Amino acid sequence: MHDLVLQTVAKLIIPFIQLFGFYIIFFGHLSPGGGFAGGTIVASSFILYALAYDVQAGFKRMPRLASKWLESMGALLFVLVGFAGVAMGGSYLANHTGLLDLGEAGTLISGGFIPLLTLAVGVKVASTIISLLYHLLEEKTNV
Amino acid sequence: MLTALNVMMLVFLVVCAVVVARSNDLLSAVIMFAAYSLVMAIVWQQLEAPDLALTEAAMGAGVTTILLLVVISKTRRTEE
Repeated sequence: MHDLVLQTVAKLIIPFIQLFGFYIIFFGHLSPGGGFAGGTIVASSFILYALAYDVQAGFKRMPRLASKWLESMGALLFVLVGFAGVAMGGSYLANHTGLLDLGEAGTLISGGFIPLLTLAVGVKVASTIISLLYHLLEEKTNV
Repeated sequence: MLTALNVMMLVFLVVCAVVVARSNDLLSAVIMFAAYSLVMAIVWQQLEAPDLALTEAAMGAGVTTILLLVVISKTRRTEE
């Protein structure tokens, strides 16, 4: 399947989709959205690429091993950041222990490690959806 | 004005849901479901739940539609 219009438009629009997705992720503690919505948007850009070109071309951009590792690393980062609160003497996911500066409410660098948690959720959701759709796309039809 | 828009969207949602449930053509059902999700996102926004609206637009109209379309392309288009 080689559609010139589809491929050109996909190539043009994918950077903007990814920029918007990362904007949603990094502003998750300030505005609506967050890890889940932003990760879904980032994943949809990869899915668009794989649909417009080829699943094999998609694997070149996001190899199977990379999405597998990113998926595990996202979950692991969330758990480890949670234990950082315990290590600083608070409860699990405690944010007031002064590990990261809480900053001024309403600015981008604020909220302690909440942006880190949002990023972890975003990476996890994006790689999960990407690997889910890639598995479906590369499966042979047997009907 | 806004009330009329809300009523129109809610009626559209009901019609969409009935069409999705009664359609024998699975492709048209999926497309109607995407339209349902998109209008539902606007309804969430009208209900002052922008977080849900964003997730509904990305998940319902985007990923679920692609997922179901891929499944249809692997299997049959019509329901028996």
